[in-house]
Amino acid sequence: MSSTTAPVAGAAGVEPPRRGHGRRWTSYFLPAFTGVVILYLVVPVISMIVFAFNNPPGRINVRWVGFSTKAFTGIFANEQLIAAIKLSLEIAIIASALATMIGSLLGLALGRYRFRGSGAVNYLVFLAIASPEIVLGTSLLTMFATVFKFIPTGPVTIVISHVMFSISFVAVTVRARVLGLNPQLEEAGQDLFASPITTFFKVTLPLLLPALTAGFLLSFVLSVDDFVITYFVSGSTTTFPLLINGSAKTGLTPDFNVIGTFLFTGGVLVAGIASLLPIYTAKRDARRLAQDKALGERAKAAGAAGAQAA
Amino acid sequence: MSETGVPNIDQIIKAGFDYGNKGTPVRRKTNRRKASVPYLLAGPAVSWLLIFFLLPTIYMFTVSLYTGTLGPTMQFAWKWNNYSTMLSIFGPQLIRSVEYALAATIITLLVGYPVAYWISFYGGKRKNVFLLLLLIPFFVSFVLRTYQWAFLLSDQGIVVGTLHRLGLVSDRFHILGTGYAVIFGIAYNFLPFTVLPLYVALERIEPRLLEAGRDLYADRSTTFLKVVWPLALPGVFAAFLLTFVPAVGDFINFEYLGGPSNTMIGHIIQNLYLANFDYPHGAALSFVLMAVLIVGATLYARALGTEAVMEATAA
Repeated sequence: MSSTTAPVAGAAGVEPPRRGHGRRWTSYFLPAFTGVVILYLVVPVISMIVFAFNNPPGRINVRWVGFSTKAFTGIFANEQLIAAIKLSLEIAIIASALATMIGSLLGLALGRYRFRGSGAVNYLVFLAIASPEIVLGTSLLTMFATVFKFIPTGPVTIVISHVMFSISFVAVTVRARVLGLNPQLEEAGQDLFASPITTFFKVTLPLLLPALTAGFLLSFVLSVDDFVITYFVSGSTTTFPLLINGSAKTGLTPDFNVIGTFLFTGGVLVAGIASLLPIYTAKRDARRLAQDKALGERAKAAGAAGAQAA
Repeated sequence: MSETGVPNIDQIIKAGFDYGNKGTPVRRKTNRRKASVPYLLAGPAVSWLLIFFLLPTIYMFTVSLYTGTLGPTMQFAWKWNNYSTMLSIFGPQLIRSVEYALAATIITLLVGYPVAYWISFYGGKRKNVFLLLLLIPFFVSFVLRTYQWAFLLSDQGIVVGTLHRLGLVSDRFHILGTGYAVIFGIAYNFLPFTVLPLYVALERIEPRLLEAGRDLYADRSTTFLKVVWPLALPGVFAAFLLTFVPAVGDFINFEYLGGPSNTMIGHIIQNLYLANFDYPHGAALSFVLMAVLIVGATLYARALGTEAVMEATAA
């Protein structure tokens, strides 16, 4: 590279304005690589959806036989499956609502206040997130089978366990949002003679709403999908992941693919809305700001004109 | 204060930051009543974590020193040799689990780093969309996804079946039932735990620092090695911790993708607990994993603070 072109090439290279705009091979390689990785992640999902439309004669759904929507229309006849997915959804709703409530308060405390023991609490949250699921499952089962014998293993112990692992995720999500908040907004509320309680409900809570939603959705997904911990603490209760595992040895019928397809579609819809909403509100805010600015400019201009006239 | 007694701009900015970081509302009058607020807020969640996370972990450690199986025969006995017995019997499975988890973690880092790098530096306005695309497959049940891989990688499946039909590999070539399949499955299932911390660390790097490197006539590889890599290194450690330790304890990938020669320690623990009701020995093996995590996590927190991991999960 000659000395005259070096700065130019650098300027175009390090921050190309658009994807694939750079000159070097890396500017093609990296996006292509990301695309391949995304494709690779989606492969089993596509295979699952395709085989939901299969029409196998028996239980074994491994070879393509013919197109059919039989599994979709007949899904409600599979009572065992419907019961399992219903239970999974109920557990997920209760567990994520509880975890969001108490977890977000913890997130608020960790993000807003420095208090004695906050370091230890941070470490506890961190440890709970990093713990292998098998350790959480075995230690909870050890407890529920001996000391906490009065709580029979079943839906209740599953909810307790799911709340336990969701709290940390909600807390860190809310904490991150609290750290990004402007404390002056709350001060403004108090300056306008709002009580701390009113300030919380009128100012803080609405600002934290995106984080609360994210925390709830995250807990929900983690709960519906949890296998390992539930496997240990469920007793004889069967959730959807447990039923998949129990049926896998004899082969999964297209019914499972159908439920998987529904969960996937629902997840994509909710996540799509959740990720597009901030873009929409940001655009709206930007538009309003621009309007305000234009108004201000006009007022200024008018003022200047008035001053000149005077 | 600067020598002239007038605060210079850096001090003013710093004071501003200190003020902002304090974050506590400024009303000092009500300070004493306010002091209890964080405890009230943190109380319920911390109690839940203490009772259903910390206490069970400590209790499991004491049970690992018990003798007998679940029931009246299970009693405290300071049986330290539960650990030596288990490690001598299941040492090979433990070593294999560590090897598989390490291989899978290295794969996820090699695959995840370029992806996280590209999204954070070149993703532009669509960063969140790309991240979402990476996470979308994980809305489908973990077990169901792994089952699908078993089906895709089986001898009649689309991958190996096609290779056989084309005569590209010998009839004895299999993927399903080998250690490679297990490593592949772990790498697949744990990829998001690697990408997110990497992304958060890379995302925080100021683009102006790269410009500074360029202004100092560093070429792109030098800028990467001297600026990006060291700044994102905490993210690499966080990714390693969040992937490797849970991967060691995984048993689903082994059960669906492995064969009898790939038994992992998670499967052994699960058998001891649920088939043999041998809680003390199961607890001993399980606590070995926890001890590895505690050591790793403490070293990590000491060196780098808990921030990177906390933020990775918040992303």
